[in-house]
Amino acid sequence: MLNTRVIESVTIPLAALLVSGLVFSVFLLILGKSPATFASLVWTGGFSSWFSIQNALQRAAPLILTGLAFAIPARIGLTLLGAEGAVVIGGFSAAVVAIPLVTAGMPAAFVWLVMASAAMVVGAVWVGLAGWLKHHRGVNETISSLLLTYIAIAIVSFLIEGPFRDPGSANKPSTMPLGTDYRIGGMFDSSVHWGLAAGLVLAVALWVLMARTPFGFAARMTGGNLRAAQGQGLPVGRLLVACCAIAGACAGIVGFFEIAAIHGQANASLAAGYGFTGILVAFLARHNPLAVVPVAILFGALDAAGGLIQRRMEMPDATMLVLQGIIFVVLLISDTFHGRLPFGTSQRTGART
Amino acid sequence: MTPATLSGISQHPDRAMSLSTQQMTKSFGALCALDHVSLNVAAGSFHALLGENGAGKSTLVKCIMGFYAADAGAIILDGQRVAMDSPRQAQMRGIGMVYQHFTLVPCLTAAENLVIARPDAPGIIHWRTELRRLEAFMDRMPFRVSLNRHVADLSAGERQKLEILKLLYLDQRVLILDEPTSVMTPSEADEVLTLLGGMAQRGEITVLMISHKFREVKAFCDSFTVLRHGRVTGTGSARSATIDEMSHMMVGETRLRARAPRKSRPVAQPAPLPRLTLDAICADDQTGRRVVDNVTLDIYPGEIVGLAGVSGNGQSALVEILSGQRPLAGGRLLIGGKPFSPCRTDLDRYKVFGLPEEPMRNAVVPRMSVAENMAFRSFDKPPIMSRTGFISPSRMRAIAEQLIARYNVQTASADAAIETLSGGNVQRAILARELSGQVEVLIVANPCFGLDFASVAEIRAQIMDQRNRGAAVLLVSEDLDEVLDLSDRVGVMSAGKLAAVIPTSDTSRAQIGKQMGGAELKPDIRHPGDSHARVS
Repeated sequence: MLNTRVIESVTIPLAALLVSGLVFSVFLLILGKSPATFASLVWTGGFSSWFSIQNALQRAAPLILTGLAFAIPARIGLTLLGAEGAVVIGGFSAAVVAIPLVTAGMPAAFVWLVMASAAMVVGAVWVGLAGWLKHHRGVNETISSLLLTYIAIAIVSFLIEGPFRDPGSANKPSTMPLGTDYRIGGMFDSSVHWGLAAGLVLAVALWVLMARTPFGFAARMTGGNLRAAQGQGLPVGRLLVACCAIAGACAGIVGFFEIAAIHGQANASLAAGYGFTGILVAFLARHNPLAVVPVAILFGALDAAGGLIQRRMEMPDATMLVLQGIIFVVLLISDTFHGRLPFGTSQRTGART
Repeated sequence: MTPATLSGISQHPDRAMSLSTQQMTKSFGALCALDHVSLNVAAGSFHALLGENGAGKSTLVKCIMGFYAADAGAIILDGQRVAMDSPRQAQMRGIGMVYQHFTLVPCLTAAENLVIARPDAPGIIHWRTELRRLEAFMDRMPFRVSLNRHVADLSAGERQKLEILKLLYLDQRVLILDEPTSVMTPSEADEVLTLLGGMAQRGEITVLMISHKFREVKAFCDSFTVLRHGRVTGTGSARSATIDEMSHMMVGETRLRARAPRKSRPVAQPAPLPRLTLDAICADDQTGRRVVDNVTLDIYPGEIVGLAGVSGNGQSALVEILSGQRPLAGGRLLIGGKPFSPCRTDLDRYKVFGLPEEPMRNAVVPRMSVAENMAFRSFDKPPIMSRTGFISPSRMRAIAEQLIARYNVQTASADAAIETLSGGNVQRAILARELSGQVEVLIVANPCFGLDFASVAEIRAQIMDQRNRGAAVLLVSEDLDEVLDLSDRVGVMSAGKLAAVIPTSDTSRAQIGKQMGGAELKPDIRHPGDSHARVS
């Protein structure tokens, strides 16, 4: 049903994107660069050819999952910044559990299953911890999840440089490489790995979970009014922890694919910032699991075009970060316009006596 | 009274002033909140402004105070037409207001609150001089508040007194009071109103009081004006008009729904078991202070037990315990003799329902739709949940539409967000959700707060109906009349403790009023044959 709220949730983020584009154009003009060139390069690098589309989709896959990792807790009222940590620690766990299995020559499908499960479980526990601290100890979940991210990165880098370091990795400390037999290839002869499929399936599954199941309904109640949810006898603490755990599992899968499809071993490259870009994706998608997909693809395309822009326009690689930052700030400001647009003010009904 | 401290800044005479409005009109969008309202308050009079919720009383005084700019009309102060552009201007002209919500700073002392309220408060405050002046000021005042105590430590009644003292300290000569006695015990209210009335009579101040309580209006006010739907429906002398006349002006021709008849309980042989038992329950607030202290209470099927008390004496905390919003620090809850915890399985198993206070805060999710809000009890059960475990939005909407029709909830559609509904309709939607099935235990807290007369009568009738059908009802209310009207037995909560619960017929308004103020109950009041009454 198309009501004013749906219209708002589409037009406001789109308007925010447009405004961000204008602000970024001003930024480019100040630098003496042409915004038109920038736009055409984004098109060339992100969408114009099969090659660039593959490139964009490949980068979109982790963003879908980290976007979900922010969007699901957001529905229950939590602002979690812990996805990055779960990506790193989940990916590391996947790489580590694979070592004995690979050494024993287990079949690849089985190894992937174990690796993915390990990544999800560890990610879920890691982020679930933030939810547990929130409910039982009243610790602010935004702070705790952000700090947990740094702890995760530190633990992982300690372990990679210490006990789990592959002696062969001289320049860049890494775990033992998986070997080509255990690498996940592209889908259907493309360079896009199966993480995209996982992201799409999870986006649909989590949309169904949040919109069509009692669990999702209870989570939305809790997010909308904690006291009312308590008054209805809902297990608020368990719901909070469950939503955090789902988020951690989503982020953990990103780590798994980074290991099994991209790097083949765990190293510092795991902390690539997908967890943080996912926050931006989720905000732009207004925490709707289905809307996360197109937004993630857009950001994947921007990311894919980044290298091209760097070369052709002679701009530093931080340029794309500036654009992301501008989008985020404009988006946060645009959030305050919900319910205040002239066409969005629904008439109050009933007798105002 | 000779105000010396502030005479330098005030632009008004040192005596009571008259206040009137002429043809005040104010609209909010399509809603006409004030429709050519003319109000006349003579100098030195104690004037009551009566009306139902939403009649326009608050809008009128906010226009006088300069919070709102009126669309049309004039304010006449002491015979002169004045413009009020801001509350600060009203203050300079000598009009002060006590709001329903406190405007004191809790972490400061009473003296500090008074001094910082002054518009000419110096950048550097010489406290010794100020305190000496404040002491002198307090000596001239008819009632006192300890100057050195922190506002957070004052009772609600004392805070309200301090609010009024603040206006007098600022040398305001027209006092506008918005339901000033709602947080006071009856004796505190009588004291403050008597003293203000005396000051008005001596020509020192003029008082305009918004009130709901006819008793106070009859006892203390000289004259009154009644508003209904933004229009003046009557004015006159509070001494000669009868309560019937005033209430007729307030509600107009609306026929109030007859009170649900109280069916007498069949004398059960043997005596029934208590349905809901609170066994020595305790709870603490965030700071570890005990807010519910060893409360023991039995509620039997087919009765309403009313808990009265001044707000902030542990009633809200008690309801929060029963609603799962506050952990139990000690004691047990039993239903039908079996342990009960306010989780979903127990709520369903024992058919426990509730009408919590402040529905927008405790009972609904404002941004979810009316249909979703009405499904809070049933979203995880058939028919809304299918056998495969999925929620069917169409069935949810169909059920909501039936309830909307049955309970006469006025909403644009079942899909509209519940925050777009008026207070009465939100409460009706909650009634539909909570009372449409079989109810064994009902927990009700301030169900009629802020609602108009018609809704109040309807909601009280529904509660009585549940009692007559055999539910055990706990009614917590700050409205003493509501408690006395509905309850079979009453108890008073004071400082977290529950005094003896006694049959309503064996007590009186005055008796309960005394207990609300913390007085001990005389032992001989307890009904000898009443086995239900227990002293905590």
